[in-house]
Amino acid sequence: MRGGRRLSLKWLGVWLGVLPFFVYVGLFLILPSFIIAAGSFLSQDGSLTLTNLIAIGQQPYMIKSFVNSAIISVVSALAGAIAGALLAYAVATGNPRGALRRIVTSASGVLAQFGGVTLAFAFIATLGTVGFVTLFLKDRGIDIFANGVWLYELSGFTLIYTYFQIPLMVLVFLPALDGIRPQWREATESLGGSTWHYWRYVAGPLLAPAFLGCTLLLFANAFSAYATAAALTTAGGAIVPLQISNLFTSETGQAQPGLAKALALAMIVVVTVVMFLYTLLQRRTSRWLR
Amino acid sequence: MNLRSSIRRIGLLAMALLVVAACGGTTATSSSCNAKTATSVSDCGGMSGLIAAAKAEGKLNIIASPPDWANYGASFTAFEAKYGIKITSTNPNGSSQEEIDAIKQLAGTSSAPDVVDVGLKVALANTALFAPYKVATWNDIPTAQKEATGLWFQDYGGYMGIGYDPSKIPGGTITSFQDLLGPNFKSKVALAGDATKSNQALNGVIMASIASGGSADDVSKGVDWFHQLKVAGNWVPVIATTATVKSGQTPVVFEWDYLSSSHGKDVAGWKIFEPSKAIVGNYYTQAINKQAPHPAAVRLWEEYLYSDEGQNNWLKGGARPVRMAAMDKSGKLDATAAAALPKVTGTPVFPTADQQTAAGAYVASKWAQAVG
Repeated sequence: MRGGRRLSLKWLGVWLGVLPFFVYVGLFLILPSFIIAAGSFLSQDGSLTLTNLIAIGQQPYMIKSFVNSAIISVVSALAGAIAGALLAYAVATGNPRGALRRIVTSASGVLAQFGGVTLAFAFIATLGTVGFVTLFLKDRGIDIFANGVWLYELSGFTLIYTYFQIPLMVLVFLPALDGIRPQWREATESLGGSTWHYWRYVAGPLLAPAFLGCTLLLFANAFSAYATAAALTTAGGAIVPLQISNLFTSETGQAQPGLAKALALAMIVVVTVVMFLYTLLQRRTSRWLR
Repeated sequence: MNLRSSIRRIGLLAMALLVVAACGGTTATSSSCNAKTATSVSDCGGMSGLIAAAKAEGKLNIIASPPDWANYGASFTAFEAKYGIKITSTNPNGSSQEEIDAIKQLAGTSSAPDVVDVGLKVALANTALFAPYKVATWNDIPTAQKEATGLWFQDYGGYMGIGYDPSKIPGGTITSFQDLLGPNFKSKVALAGDATKSNQALNGVIMASIASGGSADDVSKGVDWFHQLKVAGNWVPVIATTATVKSGQTPVVFEWDYLSSSHGKDVAGWKIFEPSKAIVGNYYTQAINKQAPHPAAVRLWEEYLYSDEGQNNWLKGGARPVRMAAMDKSGKLDATAAAALPKVTGTPVFPTADQQTAAGAYVASKWAQAVG
């Protein structure tokens, strides 16, 4: 009896412990997702309809915003993944207690979260039309905006997104690199393998799933970013999150909450697929690297 | 402890939260008049009755009206000092639609907006949310600028202009609309919002259209014009604000003249160019929230805004108050402020709600492609 009672008390403790988590996830993830999913099937007058979802496919500018979002996300994810992986490799092969590692990891922790309006402002202050770097170069005869102000366009977004993608890559890819044991390299060498053999047959295959998985995570990260772009441009719904915002807040008669929710649902689907692939790859990675 | 009782606990907790949330709202009531249904000051026993009821409420919630917008700040200060009613101003940079959303989302709470100041289009679409009220000076408002029962009534307006900092422009002056496409305006021209959602920015596109051979019915020429501006490298896709004007990021801005004139504080010599063949006018619209948490205070606020003093406050901010013609006749208009308004020559175009909707739909579908 006593043992049973202790067991149920322990069980209660476990329940209470995770309760805040479930309440939080329920309120801020499940409930909003449900509202979005339900709302995307409702017309303006509240009846069930598929027109919202169909409308996305019928409007060229909606499709364009998805394409733009995808381009920015892919380019900034690849750039972030490659640069971040190289940086992470430099850190991983360095002294595990050294200054480099401590500086890079803590800086990455901060910079990976440095997004939104503050990041946009930082770029405006440095590379904007009256940013100090722009003016510094202008004084020396170099006009970086000779062909128009590209900072507030897709190319600019990509550059700015890369700024938080690289540190995120360092953070998520470093554990995988740390999992690579020096003994494996020694084993390769003692069996007569070259550096090329080591990368091609040992480290490469081990790290590839982790690298791809992290790249997918970066893609999702860029795909859902909103505030940075919103703070930068008046050029309409260039990317999907801006398009959604426009459809909610337009005062020019374009407010269509149902369509906005349908777009959000489409984004949720994209991110869910990406994150599902990420988990699959992550599972494969963790088999070897622990 | 088993699963069922755990679930019951969660249920109780959720219920407790709901009860707490539901108790959050309070409604001020007053004995001297039933302000909630008053459609004019006489329903409240005249001004003194309305003032007493408003003072009893003691508060007023205003939304999306920044103090530097058409000199709203002066009216806030004067109203607070005159009646001892505390004004809470939220979401100063919100859009008309966000004002309506706030009415719906905060319905029944003490923080719901009492009054909105919105674009005509948004007002027309949401009359079910408004309470009818006619201010004492109702007859001075032109018939076309009010709803017959007082559900909405226009307050102030002006014309689309091109504000600019002469020191940033070779020659120091803009003489024609098409100048802006030239090499002197590289990375200089901005809108004060996103044309796919901001009323002000959309009217900038309408102005560009009229200036380029289009009309209020055909905004495509305006979108083309901004596309040329972008191709010329002259377009800055930043939302022009007081801050961007001050820092020099947006030395040339398409905006309402009454908003543009406030940049004179930050930029010495700030000028406004009104193209003579493309004058686009617009008035904003007042409406009282049917479920206003401070029904007497909000009616008193309207009386203040439509008094000579309130109207002149807008005029001092460079906006043209709706009673301007009547006050000019009665000699109550602030002559200095009226003389300081940008000179407008030509016949202004006032895009109708339908024209704005059509323009909005066209711009929403073409804008990103034209300037993105």
